[in-house]
Order: sequence, then structure tokens, then C-alpha cells
Amino acid sequence: MFSLSPRLRVGLAAVSLAAPLLAGTGKELRVCADPNNLPFSNERLEGFENKIAALLARDLGERVSYTWWAQRRGFFRNTVKAGLCDVVLGVPTGLEMVAPTRPYYRSTYVFVYRADRGIDVRSFDDPALKSLKVGVQLAGDDYANTPPAHALSRRGIVANVVGFTLYGDYALANPPARIVEAVARGDIDVAVVWGPLAGYFAPRQRAPLRVVPVSPSIDLPFLPFVFDIAVGVRRGDDELKNAIDNFLERRRPEIDAILDAYHVPRVDSAAAAYGDGR
Amino acid sequence: MRHPSRFVRFRICRRFAVVAVLLLFAAACRPKAGPPAAAASSPPIHATGRANAPTWLPPDDGLWTRAAKDFASTRYSALDQITAANVKTLALAFTFSTGFTKGHEAAPLVVGNTMYVVTPYPDYLYALDLTKPGAPPKWTYKPPISPASQGVACCDVINRGAVYDSGKVFFNTLDNQTIAVDADTGKEAWRTKVGEINHGESITMAPLVVRGKVLVGNSGGEFGVRGKLVALDANNGHIRWTAYSTGPDRDVLIGSGFHPFYPTERGTDLGVSSWPVDMWKIGGGTVWGWISYDPELNLVYYGTSNPGPWNPDQRPGDNKWTATLFARDPDTGAAAWAYQWNPHDLYDYDGVNENVLLDIPWKGSTRKTLVHPDRNGYVYVLDRTSGEVLSAEPFVPITTTAGVDLKSGRPIEVPEKKPQVGKVVRDICPAAAGGKDWQPSAFSPKTGLLYIPHNNLCQDEEGVEANYIEGTPFVGANVKMYAGPGGHRGEFAAWDPAAGRKAWAVKERFPAWSGALATAGDVVFYGTMEGWFKAVDARTGALLWQFKTGSGIIGQPVTYRGPGGKQYVAILSGVGGWAGAIVSGDLDARDGTAALGFVNAMKDLPGATTKGGELYVFSLP
Repeated sequence: MFSLSPRLRVGLAAVSLAAPLLAGTGKELRVCADPNNLPFSNERLEGFENKIAALLARDLGERVSYTWWAQRRGFFRNTVKAGLCDVVLGVPTGLEMVAPTRPYYRSTYVFVYRADRGIDVRSFDDPALKSLKVGVQLAGDDYANTPPAHALSRRGIVANVVGFTLYGDYALANPPARIVEAVARGDIDVAVVWGPLAGYFAPRQRAPLRVVPVSPSIDLPFLPFVFDIAVGVRRGDDELKNAIDNFLERRRPEIDAILDAYHVPRVDSAAAAYGDGR
Repeated sequence: MRHPSRFVRFRICRRFAVVAVLLLFAAACRPKAGPPAAAASSPPIHATGRANAPTWLPPDDGLWTRAAKDFASTRYSALDQITAANVKTLALAFTFSTGFTKGHEAAPLVVGNTMYVVTPYPDYLYALDLTKPGAPPKWTYKPPISPASQGVACCDVINRGAVYDSGKVFFNTLDNQTIAVDADTGKEAWRTKVGEINHGESITMAPLVVRGKVLVGNSGGEFGVRGKLVALDANNGHIRWTAYSTGPDRDVLIGSGFHPFYPTERGTDLGVSSWPVDMWKIGGGTVWGWISYDPELNLVYYGTSNPGPWNPDQRPGDNKWTATLFARDPDTGAAAWAYQWNPHDLYDYDGVNENVLLDIPWKGSTRKTLVHPDRNGYVYVLDRTSGEVLSAEPFVPITTTAGVDLKSGRPIEVPEKKPQVGKVVRDICPAAAGGKDWQPSAFSPKTGLLYIPHNNLCQDEEGVEANYIEGTPFVGANVKMYAGPGGHRGEFAAWDPAAGRKAWAVKERFPAWSGALATAGDVVFYGTMEGWFKAVDARTGALLWQFKTGSGIIGQPVTYRGPGGKQYVAILSGVGGWAGAIVSGDLDARDGTAALGFVNAMKDLPGATTKGGELYVFSLP
């Protein structure tokens, strides 16, 4: 085992960060997570998924151990499926690679723009999007992409679009945050990003930013901007899945409190309107 | 489908062609019904003889110093001890376990009395002593390597091999290093970082050394990497030039000496203007395939990958110079011409496949050509001096285009096959893996045939699939690949590039994902994903011999003359790669969309083979 220097963060490093052993079983809750991806997780355990993992472990009477692996291609193959861990937090319920538990939050893609620029975009159909400089995050080859990338190209909004790769430059902290910083700096006028990322990073910028859920929430025929987020477990691990389902039901208020603390915009609660200013 | 009927017609013909004069043969057997719809627009082929290797190829030295054997990329050996008559007695000479279990795509090298084998990640270089019984290791070079690079490899952590030149062995690592190792001692001569994994770059290709420069290209188009070819000084590893695949002419090394054949390739800064503003900066066009070299013309030839990571609708324009063939001066990197195989690619049709340099009699004169079976399903014959397309004929069923217009050089699009998220599009042929992918062909000057290991895959795109990187969901079309017409997923085909048609083909259950090897003994070798290493008759395709290796084969067979003067044939076994990731990566067969939809077509592979990396070397008793 070795400690993680920033240079090595991108890598695999099975590091046990054992929380104090609580009640009983002496078992480990083995979690795989990205060591450099706030607000979700990091190796200093500052992400809300780190907090929820800790709460889950306490509830199960287990201690948390982490395997850190950058979120890139092969993440599940090299982590959960390789037997390095049992759970991955924050997976969309539609993901086929793991078995999802019941969702513990529902968030939405949001528009992020400066509050001091006279911008008031609320819908992909707002004609202003044809002239503003719009940033989107790009995920992969061609047809695998973030929903806003699909929504904009479908509307012919092309020439004024700036792309940020979701993977970003992994040598820097929290690579997906660059797009929010670009709004604050004025490099782009509007960013369309996944809610939790915007909810966390928008208030941390010097410039005042607004975070507004996109509309529509589903682009017909079927392009969703709203996703249910669950814990992913290995397919067939029904015992753990049932235990986590049970935990998510019982500890809902505490989980909500963690999500609130990170300003995760949710469409299942009043928090969805965070930053909307209305 | 009309493709199979072409084979039937040809087989009947062959029966009567006792003396195989290929010219007559071609005339007599040319399908009267015409090729499939995709080629309907192609004019008649005007070849007046059969293809031959370039005259500048040196006499065979019995070695194997680069993955493609020679600069023309023929993968042909003049060794002829092993013949169609005696290959049935071929027997195992020695084996060697690499110790790794990811996909083994490399060609072993043989220089003097030593064999060099590069493994998949962590990219070890083994030197085996061929003078001793069993060829024990002389030394092993283990590069310092970042484990993180495994996360940026698109498909598997493979390595396509090394190259030897002037006392050094050169190879690349997944984490973007080019390394020179003393061929005798195994001591590192130099090591240069040419890319950045933190930006999604990796390297999987086999480098080529041309006139003292090590040519290296990057991988990672799906991460928004900007493609490039880098030339390093073979003596010290210093970077001499870098030619980007996108962006302004000065970055692409397009200058006054750039003379493309087609008007659509001419203009200033097309690598910028054929994209919406700034999109070329994360535009793909990586260089992860093969490089050929014509020493008379002093030009290197290589292709670039598909554009990424933008949606096609987001990047109107040709998206130059992605999915493009470049001809460059190896001394300066300056582009002589370019030809875009797939302008504005819609289907992940990378243009990186091998370019085999052949001389073909054409309308009464001999043309210096470049033969290239593309992902898009056509075998192209280009004039390698000018970039003019002489012919483009389908070698697999094609629904995505209706032929290649030889006037403009552009494929003819089929609008109803254009994918869109949320729209169901079925029967996209070839699938994203292409009519063929990286698996390199071999050419025999004795038969005039190009031996092409390839796929027979189509795909459907339907609905929307959720995906994510931690916490951030994204969506893509739900892509599922499956066997193309005929129900088989692969083929090993002999293609007559002069006549523009298939001479014969062997159907394979799985994609033929290994390289090919042609020999003067009229025996052609390839491997299957079940693990069979096969020898077939170069003229008929008849199976002459086969050996079941421990794992599926996706490597490149080579042949050499051993220290005792005997001919050997070597192959790395070890399933994996994009096609075999279901085994090497333990992917879930229930998730058909895994490996970008390839798993759906490979669900039965885990029942046919298991992972494991091992070298097999054969000789006559």
C-alpha cells in the first residue's frame, strides 16, 4: 500500500481508509470511488457520496474501505466486477452494468449563468440559446453524450457551443468543475451541467451564479434530463441490495440533510429550486 | 443478400479453372449480377493483370523486424520450407507464457538469434534466446508505467508490437511513452513521454522507424484527444516534428507542398473551417493504426481515427482531417496529400487500417497503389503518388453507404441509416467495429491476393442507454452488434485488389480479429477467437492444418528462419481487444451494450475460450 500523491491520484490504489470499527460484525463495506471528483467523492472523503457511504457503513455496523479508481472507461470492469468492492454510489437507476438499489435522490440537469448579465434561460427552446455562448460536457464517442449535448445539437444549436470533456484534465482538482468556473470567468455565458455539480461549485465562484433546472425535463421522444440516482451493487448480490434499500428508506432524513448541505438540486423536493431566486 | 451468391458463382468457376490464370479467371468469373447495391455506382475495374509487391522491397532476410514485415506492409515472407504440401506435419517447437491475460495483439519480432515479445499492459518487453533449446528468456525490460493508463484505454490494454532498427528495439507504452531498448543488453537507451493520460491520451500502436525517426501516434479520440503523429529521433528520443490531425495548416504540417487529388481536400486551414468554432480542439483523429513507407517516393502513409467526442449533428462539416489518409515526408512531416475516407463520419469508422503498398497494372500502365480495406466496408485502391481513388469495392455487406463516387472520392450516404439518439435505426452494416478493424491483412506476390481477416457485423441502435461517470449521468444510443448476413461473425477472405473482388473466403464463427501472414510456400496463416491457429491454401482457402492454442487468438502471426536454418511460425495467443473484452475483461454477457455494443455479438465467446497470454512457435519436424 502506498499513499496517494496527486500525480498518482488518477490511478488504482486500493487504500483502506478504515473508519473506527463500530458495532459488531467487523465486516467491511467496500466502496469504489473516484479520488478526485467533488462534490461526489475524493480521497479526503469530502464528497457527499463519502458522507453517505460513512452513514451506510455505520448503519450496517461495518467499516468503510475505499478502492480509488478514476471514473473512466472500464470503471465497473476494474472495480466492482474485479471484486475490489461491493458498492458504487451515485449510479443512475438505468445503468445496466450493476444492479441499482432504490434511488436516494432525483436531480436534473441545470442551466448555470451569471446573475449579473441579464440572462434568464429556463428552457432548451429559449431562442437566446442560439446566440449565447453555451458550454456542454462531452462524454464519449458520437452518440454517447450528456443529454444537453444531444438536446442542443437536435435544435441546431451548434456554432456557439463550447465543449468540455467530462473527463477533463485529471491532473487538476475535480476536473468536471471547469465548466462552472468558465461561466464565472465569463468564458461562456451559459453552462448546462448535471445538478449536483452546479449546486456545489456555483456558490464557490466569485461571481454570483444562478442554477436553474432545465426544461423540458424529458425531450421527446425520450431524452431525459432528470435521473434517479441509486447505489450500485454487483448483480446477484441481493442480500446487500436489500440491506441498502432498507437503509435508504430508514435513514432518508439524514441522507436528505447531507444532500442539502451540498446544495444538490433535487426535483423530488423544494431543493430543486435552489438558486433560482424565486 | 447478394454477397454469398458471388461466392457461390466464384466457387463454381474455380472448379473449371484448372490452370489458374488469374486474368482469365477474373474475366470469366466476374459476377454478372453485379456487386451488392453498395457498389452499384462503381465503374468497371480496369486492371489488366495482378497486383505485385513494389520493386523496391529488399530481398527477404528471413527475419521479422517490424510488425508489418516490410515498409510496404505486405506481411509476406519469401521463406518456403513450409508448403501447402507439408504444413500438415507442422508441430509445436516451443512456447512461452507472457504472464498476462489481457488481449495479446502484438507481432513477435525476430532479429538475429533473438525473439522480442511485447505484452499488453504493463507492456513488458521479453527477449528470448533462439539459439537455446526452448528459447529461454535472455532478459526482460519492465518499463516504469502508470497504472492509471488502464483507465484511458478505450477497449483493452493491448499493445500492437515493437519495431527494430540499428541495434535498438522501440515500442510504446499505454501511458504514452516511447522507449528505446538496446537489442542486445535490454538496457534502456532512452524514454520519451509523447502524450498525457490526464488528458485521455494513450498509445497502443506499433511504431515504425523511417530514416532515423521513430513514428508514433496517439489513441483516445473518445476522450476528446486531438490526434497526432510524432516523429522522434531514433538516436536520442528527441521529438523532431508533430503533425496534428485537426486544426490550422501549420499544426497539421500542411504547406506549399500539399497537393491533394480531390478539390474538397484543397483550401486553407480546412482542419479548422470544416468544424464549428473551436470544435477541432477536441476533435479526435487519433493515429492508432498502421504506418507504411515508400522509400522511392519518400512518403509515409497512415490513417486517422473517427471524430470524437461530439455528436455528428454537433459537428456539421467534413471534420478534417479525421478518418483521413495522410501521405507525409518522414524527414519534415510535411503533408504531400490527404484523402478523407469518411468525411463527417457517422458510424465510428476510423480510417486507421493498414495501407498495403502494391504495384497494379491499370489501363495499360503500372500504377503505384495503396490498398486499404476500410472500416466502412470498401477495399480502396489509391494511386499512392497522388491520392486518386482508382477503385473502392465492398468486401462486406454495406447498408450505410451506396458506393464510393470516384469523381469526388466521397462515399454516397444513405440518409435513412443515419443514427440519432432516440430514433431506432436497424441493420447498420458494417457495425461500428467495421467491415474490418485493426486486424492487418497480408499480401502474396505469388498469388496477387490480399488476405483480409475481417468481421461480418451489423448493429441496431435503439432507445437510450444510461451511463455515467461518477454521479454524472449521460446517455447514448443503445447499440447492439450482431452477425451480419449469413449468421457468421467473421471471415478470412482472399481479395484480388486488381480485379476488385473476392477470390475466396472462409467463414468464421467469431470476428477474425487476428492479423494474417502470407508465405512463399503458398500457405497463409491466421488465428481465430476460439484459439485455432490455422494454415490455409493461399490459392483456394482450403484448411491445411490447425492447432488449438490455449486462448483465443487476436495476435499477428510471423515467420522467420531460425539459427539452424529452419523456418518457424510464431503467434501470440491471448484473447481480448475490443471484440474479446467480454473474456479478457470479464464483461457481463447480460449487458449486450457493454464494450460499446460489441458484447451483444460476443455472448458465446466465454463458452468458447478463456483468457491467457502465451507465445506458440511451430516448425516442421
